[in-house]
Amino acid sequence: MDSNNVIELRGITKRFGAVTANEDVDLTVKEHEILSILGENGSGKTTLMNILSGIYRPDEGEIIVKGTPVTIHSPKDALALNIGMVHQHYTLVNVFTAAENIVLGLEGKQVLDMPQILKTIRNITDSYGFELDLNQKIYDMSVSQKQTVEIVKALYRGADVLILDEPTAVLTPQETQKLFTVLRNMKEAGKSIIIITHKLNEVLTISDRVAVLRKGKNAGTLATKESTVQLLAENMVGEKVSLDIKRDEPTNQKLKLKVDDLNYITPDGHKMLDHVSFEANSGEMLGVAGISGSGMKELLEAIAGIQTVESGVVHYYKDDDNEYTLTGMDPSQIRKLGVALSFVPEDRLGMGLVGSMGMTDNVMLRSYQKGKTPFVDRDSPKERSEKLIELLEISTPGTETPVRRLSGGNVQKVLVGREISSRPEVLLVAYPVRGLDIHSSYNIYNLLNEQKKRGVAVICVIEDLDVLLELCDRIIVMNNGRITGERDAKETTKDEIGMLMTSSGEMQSSTGKGL
Amino acid sequence: MSMFLVFIQKAISQGISILLGANGEIITEKSGNLNLGIPGIMYIGGVSGLVGAFFYENAVSSPVPLVGFIIALICSLLCASLAALLFSFLTITLRANQNVVGLALTTFGIGFGNFFGGSISKMAGGVGQVSVSVTASAFQKSIPGLSNIPVVGTLFFSYGFLTYLSIVLVFVTAFILNKTRLGLNLRAVGENPATADAAGINVGQYKYFATIIGGAIAGLGGLYFVMEYLGGTWINNGFGERGWLAIAVVIFALWDTRKACLGALLFGALSILYMYLPGLGRSTQELFKMLQYIVTIVILVVTSMRKNREDQPPESLGLAYFREDR
Amino acid sequence: MKFSGMRIRKRSKISKGEAVIVRLIAIVLALIVSGFIIVAITKLNPLQVYAGIIDGAIGTSRRVWVTIRDIIILLVVSVGLVPAFKMKFWNIGAEGQMLMGGLAASALMIYVGNSIPNGLLLLLIVIASCVAGMLWGIIPAFFKAKYNTNETLFTLMMNYVAMQFTTFCIVFWEKPKGSNTVGIINAASGAGWFPPFLGQKYGLNLLFGILVTVILALYLKHTKHGYELSVVGESPDTARYAGINVKRVIVRTVALSGAICGFAGSLIVSGGSHTISTSLTGGRGFTAIIVAWLAHFNSFIMAAVSALLVFMEKGAVQIASQFGLNHNVSSIITGIILFFLIGSEFFNNYEVVFDNSEAEEK
Repeated sequence: MDSNNVIELRGITKRFGAVTANEDVDLTVKEHEILSILGENGSGKTTLMNILSGIYRPDEGEIIVKGTPVTIHSPKDALALNIGMVHQHYTLVNVFTAAENIVLGLEGKQVLDMPQILKTIRNITDSYGFELDLNQKIYDMSVSQKQTVEIVKALYRGADVLILDEPTAVLTPQETQKLFTVLRNMKEAGKSIIIITHKLNEVLTISDRVAVLRKGKNAGTLATKESTVQLLAENMVGEKVSLDIKRDEPTNQKLKLKVDDLNYITPDGHKMLDHVSFEANSGEMLGVAGISGSGMKELLEAIAGIQTVESGVVHYYKDDDNEYTLTGMDPSQIRKLGVALSFVPEDRLGMGLVGSMGMTDNVMLRSYQKGKTPFVDRDSPKERSEKLIELLEISTPGTETPVRRLSGGNVQKVLVGREISSRPEVLLVAYPVRGLDIHSSYNIYNLLNEQKKRGVAVICVIEDLDVLLELCDRIIVMNNGRITGERDAKETTKDEIGMLMTSSGEMQSSTGKGL
Repeated sequence: MSMFLVFIQKAISQGISILLGANGEIITEKSGNLNLGIPGIMYIGGVSGLVGAFFYENAVSSPVPLVGFIIALICSLLCASLAALLFSFLTITLRANQNVVGLALTTFGIGFGNFFGGSISKMAGGVGQVSVSVTASAFQKSIPGLSNIPVVGTLFFSYGFLTYLSIVLVFVTAFILNKTRLGLNLRAVGENPATADAAGINVGQYKYFATIIGGAIAGLGGLYFVMEYLGGTWINNGFGERGWLAIAVVIFALWDTRKACLGALLFGALSILYMYLPGLGRSTQELFKMLQYIVTIVILVVTSMRKNREDQPPESLGLAYFREDR
Repeated sequence: MKFSGMRIRKRSKISKGEAVIVRLIAIVLALIVSGFIIVAITKLNPLQVYAGIIDGAIGTSRRVWVTIRDIIILLVVSVGLVPAFKMKFWNIGAEGQMLMGGLAASALMIYVGNSIPNGLLLLLIVIASCVAGMLWGIIPAFFKAKYNTNETLFTLMMNYVAMQFTTFCIVFWEKPKGSNTVGIINAASGAGWFPPFLGQKYGLNLLFGILVTVILALYLKHTKHGYELSVVGESPDTARYAGINVKRVIVRTVALSGAICGFAGSLIVSGGSHTISTSLTGGRGFTAIIVAWLAHFNSFIMAAVSALLVFMEKGAVQIASQFGLNHNVSSIITGIILFFLIGSEFFNNYEVVFDNSEAEEK
């Protein structure tokens, strides 16, 4: 046994009902290292770390900390062993200050001595270079500030092993760099850091070793120095990845949708849409790139009539060249106009579907108003569901099984299937493959491509830039609610799109970054 | 002037039950438990103190006020805690819906109170209404000497033990909630149990603890009513809607016990103000009694309109917490 | 590493049979416990207690019909709450909505009772009681829709506004003066009273009860409105996405819920007591909440639970009056049955796993 192994997991298995999240997983963590845990969504990375941090208990397996087998029943137990975790969904109390959150749940003198506590926290923040206002309330903070609170909280509790779940998912590149600097400082100081991620490049940038999980099982541990993106990707998905997404030339393009100067400010004052204008054509796949929270969600919802905007107009050109204005209408009014607009939202079970209802009731969600009687017709939706099951090979016990019980890929097929089956002329899609395995993802890409071929104007937001570049014909990039650039997908590069995602506008990027 | 004095004095004595109930409910709600069983628990707290004192006074030939006082206090605290324990068991351990359990507990508690309050004397073989005047006298005993000072004495020193206890509890509760680790942890449980859990706080234990302490304090509100207010007897449904008013005061006070103090005084004043206003007929008096509920509704609406983050109910109020739900 | 001890996890599913058995066990336990309490108080032998309960509830044909009448009222209120609950709107204002309905019925009986034909009067009573209850539901629903005002607390407060308003009206209508009660309204003419139906005094109550239950079950299951309110209840975002006007659905659904509860008020006044008092509801607005929730909105289970509760209540009241005890014993019994039923829900939703590694390896 290696003596500087801080943690060893042996044969960890965890089941949730019929689903096995982890099966016989082994893992070691050393001192002075940054370890990446790499895996696709649903590969059991987070579950494994939740076991280590005391949130879940394993069904089988052993946890050994510094040579001693231990039982971790709660996060408190984990912290007693100096293991701290920063979750993807931050566990902070909104109405508390940063300092209150940091001392939450700790033992100590019953009456809180705030000046002393603030002093102790400042020692930590100063030594690693965090920037943090300790008296600020969490509800006033940005995502990256909240993350800082979480990390400081774990350190304040004496964490020597720090687990970070997808820490960069919501950060801008600058914030990511800052985070990495801090993490390196911590490693130098002797801490062990575990990063859960599915971003291959980050793994190579920050970590010393990388452990790969595939479908809940071990798929090898590599030293970062010896690995490449290709190697990691192969380990992660278990077969050679060819990102060969077929892309046909757009045919018969015609102006379908014209978005003109949309503006939207959230109730709490964030400008989510800032003079957004663009055009979309039939038979074309238009990609929208941007860091999460840059306004893409709001943009699609505004077009679909779910989000009301402050100003601006959405023009729609029907096949017969008649022009309609969609702004100010809700989805049912848009439908009544005869406009064939479909929308696959980001939050499938929270917005696109009703999780507790079966396929029949979900398939009729956008069409239940048909017919003049006050009664709903469930016969034709049932037939449509059956057809969808056959056509898209949806695996479900039946049309009445709550869709919540289906796997992520099947849920998405139900949603996309319903939206496509209404034969749209414009199809809006947000994060269509999030949480899906590779095969389901390709199924979805094919479905989108078929629609494009049919002459539909497809507008899709996709977070993976590789996919975006290979799937789309044209790409617009958003940042801070603005469109910062438009590129031909075949001519642009990942770097260029990445730059636009963080720039403040076309002006800056076209004059170069040396400004 | 003297009429005003009496008015304030009466308003306070109307308000104390409500204040104790509100204080108990605030502690409970801070843990995320919406206990709509508080009205029932207050009945239980009142009647069990009464029954305890009744058996004591019947058992000895010359009952000692202080002994009756202690017995009544213990019985009341114990039974109210048990009722809150039942609520906790069903909602925390068995994860039943809080509204449903609370309402069932209120149905049960009011029945329990009226049944034993109304028939204990008969069941023990006696005749007429239950009466524990000796014990009640201990509860009604005001501060000797000080209560005789004119004006100030009437206004501040003419009340029994539970009145002063209720005021002390207000400040103790506020101090614990805002200045101690216990309070910080408890508030975190009510705001965001998953976060509290992740921070190593035993969520279930805190919820049990807060709900039971809250129930015990609310039970004292019932005890206050039968002992200090009624003088040691029982009137069926005499306690009326004070339990629901206590819940209203919690909203009025925006979950702050110090503001609940003012709220309870205001509600107490509103409930008797009609007697002091000239020209109110019997029917308009009834409309007047509506005011306390209307005020609560207005506050509820205004806070929801303003959406001030500091004025909102605990975020997870009314929701059960199940760790593997995350 | 070996884990020992007990833990709890969500059941993936439970068969209907198992669910029924769990509930039956809960009911039997509740009956044993409540029987035990009555035995402790009355010193009767347990068999006599149960005989007494049965006698009190269905001992005579009059008692049977009174029991049926009260079952119907509890059922109608429970049914009335379902649309709101299904939409995840915690309407705990049924007490107030019933009172307002009863008040509207009484007002019509008092003011126009003897000047228009009885048929027309009954029609007006039904309409007015629905409208009154509806109004009492719409007020909190409007603020919920517009400002997301907490409806649990709002509807709760509305109960007491209704109660004070009722007291106010009673002072106006009291008979004889100074009695603080209204007395039997139209005792001589019977105007505004439900007429006998199929030869039964409470026949019309039964008919109305069945009609409301069936129509509402159809409404929820087969109409566009019913579909919309389920979607809103499950996810307001999905509803917006589907183009459902969420605010309108909230107000409309709670209006319906309030209307049915208001109608139950007229069932009590015109179809039963023929008088109005603040104790008209007898806490049924609260009990119905528990009934609707326990039944998972299933009409048959709601009817069964209502029947069980009313049956036990009537029985307990009978025993209490035999022994000169206070009738509040029935609330204690109701409470105990509810506690057991509520507790039993746990075993339908969760299972307890004894976490020994031996058990795992099987």
